[in-house]
Amino acid sequence: MFELLNSHYNYFAVMLLLGIGLYMLIESRNLVKKVIGMNIFQTGIFLFFITLAFRAGGNPPIIKEGGGPYVSPLPHVLILTAIVVGVSLTAVALALIIRIYTEYGTLDEDKLKQLYYD
Amino acid sequence: MIEHLPVLLVVLPIIGGAIPLAASLVSDRAGWPVATVTLIGQAGLAGLLAWTVGTNGTVSYAVGGFAAPYGIELVVDGLSGAVALLVAVVSLGVLAYSRQAGPHSGPFYGLYLLLVAGLTGMTITGDVFNLYVFLEITGLAAYGLVASGRDASAAVAALKYLIIGTVGASLYLLGIGYLLAATGTLNMADLATKLGEMAAYDSTLVLTAFGLMVGGLTVKVALFPLHTWQPDAYANAPDTVSAFISALVSTVSAYALARLLFSVFTVEFLTAVPVARWALVGLACVSIIAGSALAVSQDSVQRMLAYSSVSQFGLVIAGFAIATPLAVIGATVHLLGHAVMKGGLFAATGVIERKTGATTVSGYAGMGSRVPISAFAFAVLSLAMVGVPPAVGFVGKWYIVLGAVNAENWPVVAVLLASTLLTLAYFARLVERLYFAEATIHTEHDEAPVTDGSGQAISFGMIAVVVIAAALAVALTAAVPMLEQVLRETLPPLLNQ
Repeated sequence: MFELLNSHYNYFAVMLLLGIGLYMLIESRNLVKKVIGMNIFQTGIFLFFITLAFRAGGNPPIIKEGGGPYVSPLPHVLILTAIVVGVSLTAVALALIIRIYTEYGTLDEDKLKQLYYD
Repeated sequence: MIEHLPVLLVVLPIIGGAIPLAASLVSDRAGWPVATVTLIGQAGLAGLLAWTVGTNGTVSYAVGGFAAPYGIELVVDGLSGAVALLVAVVSLGVLAYSRQAGPHSGPFYGLYLLLVAGLTGMTITGDVFNLYVFLEITGLAAYGLVASGRDASAAVAALKYLIIGTVGASLYLLGIGYLLAATGTLNMADLATKLGEMAAYDSTLVLTAFGLMVGGLTVKVALFPLHTWQPDAYANAPDTVSAFISALVSTVSAYALARLLFSVFTVEFLTAVPVARWALVGLACVSIIAGSALAVSQDSVQRMLAYSSVSQFGLVIAGFAIATPLAVIGATVHLLGHAVMKGGLFAATGVIERKTGATTVSGYAGMGSRVPISAFAFAVLSLAMVGVPPAVGFVGKWYIVLGAVNAENWPVVAVLLASTLLTLAYFARLVERLYFAEATIHTEHDEAPVTDGSGQAISFGMIAVVVIAAALAVALTAAVPMLEQVLRETLPPLLNQ
């Protein structure tokens, strides 16, 4: 068990982040915390891709003399895009939360539900 | 110029969408004309592209000149050409509706065109990661559009949509990670060959990728039980937006799911892993029944239509998952037809609400005589949705059921046949109220506040859109043989098994 943890600790970190993020997303009543949970969830996925690209003893994928072996650049590029998407989603979500707060005066999901369905 | 058609189709609405945003600093009314010009161009390009695909077969385009497995590829075949044309035409139609009805601000039209760009991109991309990017562009634009309603409840619905939609898209992204780990490629055609060779179909890696990607997309398609964002989003958004996103967003996501099934995982995967097929067919059947049951129990007409989408998309996904040629053609026909019918129905509810104030099933009683044209179009669209021949809703369902009979999936055949009865259960009730019930709203409704001060709540354009949708719902039947021929020509690996 300890060996597995030692050799695959990155995957455990990814799973932990995914779990924490999803739990916050579902369980937290505070809307801002939900958005933070969403970000943690996405960060777990980003780390998963970065882990995929890793190779032992690899250099950063910048070609120079006597370089190589390099880590795979593709997942880095993909995740750069995904991070941009994640930031814009967070921005939209926070803008919506501001509007909800000015209108209903609460960020608590349960109170909001009562106001929303009345 | 002509060989750059696929990429122009995505670039044009993005550029067109930036103009209203900038112009809104000067004049607030510049959005609509700019959007109209852009979308007329878009429809022209999409028509040209569909015609090229119909005559010369599949069109492929390497973005930036980087060849396929490494660069991003845009691929247009019969299926994506038809969906791209649908996106262009429906968004142009809804634009005619929005001139009077919709929010008039510049940013609204900017987002509107961004959504068109995202949907078109999802349709024609040949790369699974690019699909994710366009999925998120579509999502972002849709969240913004839902929130553009005047009520704060629109913001709550948009936030709910955002959170659920983001989880769906993130699961899809995680699935891409698994596929990348299994094969080292992101190109759909390349994945299709490598999945069989490099990674066995029933390896844990591939199965997990399938589960995550399909699960992520079904959130966007809004199959039961992942549909919870949809009724709120449709009911709280402005009428223009509900007509637009109900017609296109789930439709294009369902198209993406079909693309994933047939161009990435391929029919061999479905045959090799029967569990995957049964899971998908099961989900679709549950969706058909649960969606209909929820639709029957609604009082708000717009929520009823939203739950009806849950059930109709179950039908489409069932057709794709059965994956016999007939069922796939039927599912495609129903996918395209549903977009026209559901968009038209939402547009009609907008007109009826503005004219009479009726928003609930009981409120619709006796309104047939108050809004004769719209009510008639509403009734035609409802019956088309139920599947009364010769409407396009009938052809799609008929083919799907025939496909299921050919595949000898008897339980599925039973559910598909029952789905027609279930659809009848909630639409017939509305049509009956419209024409044969005693009116419950007697006072002359003081027409909804008009934003542009012209003194009219509804315009000729709004009614024209509803009537044209109703006419198309019947007339599209004539186009089915042509669509079938194009699909058979451009999707041979799928349809000539």
